[in-house]
Formats: sequence, C-alpha cells, structure tokens
Amino acid sequence: MLVSVLNGFAIGFLLFILAVGLSIVFGMMDVLNLAHGALFLGGAYLGATFAGSWGGFLAALGLAAVGGLAAGALLSLMTEPLRRRSHLDQALLTLGVAFVVAELLIIAFGDDPLSVSAPPALDGSVSVLGATYPAYRLVLIGVGAVLALAVYLVVERTRVGALVRATVADREMVATLGIDNRLVKAAVFAVGSLLAATAGVLGGPIYGARPGLDATVLILALVVVVIGGLGSVRGALVGALVIGQVDTLGRVLLPELASFVLFAALALVLVLRPRGLFGSPASVSTR
Amino acid sequence: MSFLEVSGLVSGYDRGTVLHGLDLDLDAGAVLGLLGRNGVGKSTLIMTLAGLVPVSSGSIRLHDVELAGKRPDQIARAGVALVPQGRRVWATVTVAEHLALSSSRSRGGTWTVDSVLDLLPRLAERRRHYAGQLSGGEQQMLAVARALLTNPRLVLLDEPSDGLAPAIVDQIAGVVTTMRAEGVTVVLVEQDLHLAFGVADEIAVMEKGALVHRAPTAQFRRDPDTAHRLLGVA
Repeated sequence: MLVSVLNGFAIGFLLFILAVGLSIVFGMMDVLNLAHGALFLGGAYLGATFAGSWGGFLAALGLAAVGGLAAGALLSLMTEPLRRRSHLDQALLTLGVAFVVAELLIIAFGDDPLSVSAPPALDGSVSVLGATYPAYRLVLIGVGAVLALAVYLVVERTRVGALVRATVADREMVATLGIDNRLVKAAVFAVGSLLAATAGVLGGPIYGARPGLDATVLILALVVVVIGGLGSVRGALVGALVIGQVDTLGRVLLPELASFVLFAALALVLVLRPRGLFGSPASVSTR
Repeated sequence: MSFLEVSGLVSGYDRGTVLHGLDLDLDAGAVLGLLGRNGVGKSTLIMTLAGLVPVSSGSIRLHDVELAGKRPDQIARAGVALVPQGRRVWATVTVAEHLALSSSRSRGGTWTVDSVLDLLPRLAERRRHYAGQLSGGEQQMLAVARALLTNPRLVLLDEPSDGLAPAIVDQIAGVVTTMRAEGVTVVLVEQDLHLAFGVADEIAVMEKGALVHRAPTAQFRRDPDTAHRLLGVA
C-alpha cells in the first residue's frame, strides 16, 4: 500500500512536469498540442541512448532540455498561421507532427521496447518505513516536487508569471498594452516542451522507451489538464497528483479495471466541475 | 491634417459587416463623445481602432501613420490605449501586477505607477488583491490605469460608466478631464449622457455603421430635437 502511494506521487509529479506546459498553452492560446507526448518519448529515447552513467544521464537531460526548447518554439511557429482558425485545425496539425515524430523514432530506435537504467547509486532499493522501494523513484519524487514548486512560484509570484496569467485570462488585453502575444506563446510553448522532454528522461527508468508510449502519456496528460482546468498551474498539480494516485491504486486494487478507474475519475470530475477543479470561467475564454 | 483620420472604414465580424465606410477626423487633445442607439457599431468602431476587429477596407491614420491592418500590439505601441466594455481586467492577476505589466511597454511620459496611483488612490489600497476580488468600480479604475500606464496619445473608452454607482462615474469624469489636460485625445462611447456632456468637447452620433451627426457639445445640448431623433432621448 505504502509502495503504491509512493508510486502515485512519483508518477503524479512526473505527470505534472509533463502536463503543465500542455495546460498553459491550451488555456492561453487555444492551441492543443497533441505532439506533447512525442516530446516525452523523444526524451525517453535520449535517456535510453545515453543513461547508464551520471554523465550520460545528465547529458540526456541537457539534450532533452535544449531539444525541447527548440521543438516547442518550432511548434509555436508552425501553429501561428492557423491562429484565426479553430483549435481543432491546430490540433490536427500537431497530431500530424506527432505521427511523423513517432515514425522517425521507430526508424531510429526500432520497434522493441528499450529499458532506461537509473543513474548509478540510484538503481538500488532503499527501505522506507519497512518497505523496500527503488531509490530512483524516491529521488524522482523529490526532484518532481522541487520542479513543481519552481514552476508554481514562477507562474504565481513573478512578473513573467503575471504576464502568463494575464495572457491566459485575456490575451487581447495583453496585446493592447503593446505586448506581442506570439512571443509569449512561443516562450511558454518552448518551456512547456522543455519540461515534457525532460519528463521523458526522468520517467525513462519507470516507463522505458517504446513505440506507443507517446500516446499513453499524452492521454494521461490530457486527463490531467481536463481534471485540473485549462491554464491553471495549481489545477495541473492537483490533477497530476490525483491521477498519479488513481492510476497506481487502481492498478493495485482493481488490476482488470485500471484504465476504467482513470476515466471514471475523469467523468466524475466533468460531471461535478465541468471546467475542471481549478478552471475559472474567465480562464476558459470563448473568444 | 488631423491627429486621427479615419476614412472609408469597413469592418465587422464573420457574421456580417458592421461599419459601412465610416469617416472620422479628430484633432489632437480633443475629447469626442460618441453616442448612438444599441447595435449601431460604436463598440465595433472602438475595437477596430484598437486592432481587435480586422479592417476589411479603408484607412486609420494616427499622426499620418497607417494603422489599418496592423496587429493590436503594434497599434498600442503607436500610442493607442483601450478601456474596453466590460473592463476585461485579468481576474487572476493582482492590482500591482496589472500596473507593472501595463508600464512594461510604456512609451514613457507623464504616467508612472506613482502618478496613476495618486490619481486613483483606491487602487493603492488594493495593490495586493487579485482583480477578480475587486468591486466593479475598482475594476474600472484598474482598466483606466492599465490604459494610462502605456502613456497613450489616444485613449478609447467604451462605456466606462456601465453598471457603476454615480460616485464612481464622477471619478471617471475627473480622470477623463485630467487626461485632456495632459493633452491626451479621447474617444468616449457612453450611454450616460450626463457623463458624455460633462467631459466631451464634441458629440458625434452613429447610426447603422456610420457617423450621421457631429456638433460641439454645447450646441448639441441646445438642440434636443436632434438628440431625440438620433438617440430616442429627450
């Protein structure tokens, strides 16, 4: 039970790192980036290629960060000509990108699942309140919590964060101050993609790297975004932690119904709070 | 050459054209009260001038610089500020953050966070509050402060008195008068005739997407027949 709860936290924080960029970009610019899962998988393959030593693991993280930034900026640029079209058109474009990236990754790494080893000294187990638990996952919980806190503080407490919140709330009014929305979008897209690719490296030792993982994590991230509410960092954090627990507890208690439990939780939230737990009417602009 | 020259302006939304070749000239430093019945296109004109509704044809020249077809952020940097209908402050952003963001691309000039807070002291007391926690009147003050902090040459106000108490409306009148004293040009869309007559140098009336009447405020007030015919009021 304790192991399951800890697993829930490890996966929850990982999901937050993955989902927060997706949520803010969608809440801010109506761009649903369906290539977000492909960024995660790209990070996972970087981990599979380089991890094994600390140097390799950190190199994978660094490459994922740089690659994520560049990919995010590129995706932002690609969706720009569709700015006046519906968000379905934009989602279709990113879905196409996701398919292309998935195929390229299969060409590069093959069909077989690859395992990603945890960095040395973290590949063993430690004792937590009498239960043995993988050391890497414990560290992941810590790193995830620190990253989550950092993202939260930046968005909620800084000037740059105020610009992000203002753009989520009403981007036209931001533009009337002389601030170019496209730069805000590109920056958030880039940082969100950096976090997604980094999450792929960090999650490697848990999920490995395999074709189809991109779709699996994309759906988890979408569930997190819907449960938490669009464009809300707090919502993404709570949604991710809830989904982390629901998913792992579901697998332990109701193994046959695990994926059903996940979507039952989603349906329940949608019935009770259609805008998500932290979605305010203002942040879901229909404009 | 006028400060603002709008000619043959056609604009609107997907569901139809609203402005049908509107012409408007405005001298620097003037306050124009823009009146008209509901649905004649007053807000569409304001939103088109701010770049938030696309121009189909025609021109908008500010100090001989063409603004038609420019993005809203470019128009803002050219010196146009908007106080929109419904205020549209950012509920999840604090008052202090509103002021900081608004002055971040300021053109430089009279209006600083300190001078705006002197003019609107209520906002100073509410600095740490989120805009979503403010009263309607405070939100309107914040929307005005946001516009002023860009140090604009032209301010577009769309029904600033909407739903507010008379004391707040008086305060808005005071702010518009201060803007005028600082040489800012103002276009004020207003249903509250008392406010419009109190601050405007000139009154213009719109009908079916075009200007149909224009007169100095004092002359317009002496002509109740025209006011009644165009606005349906005494």
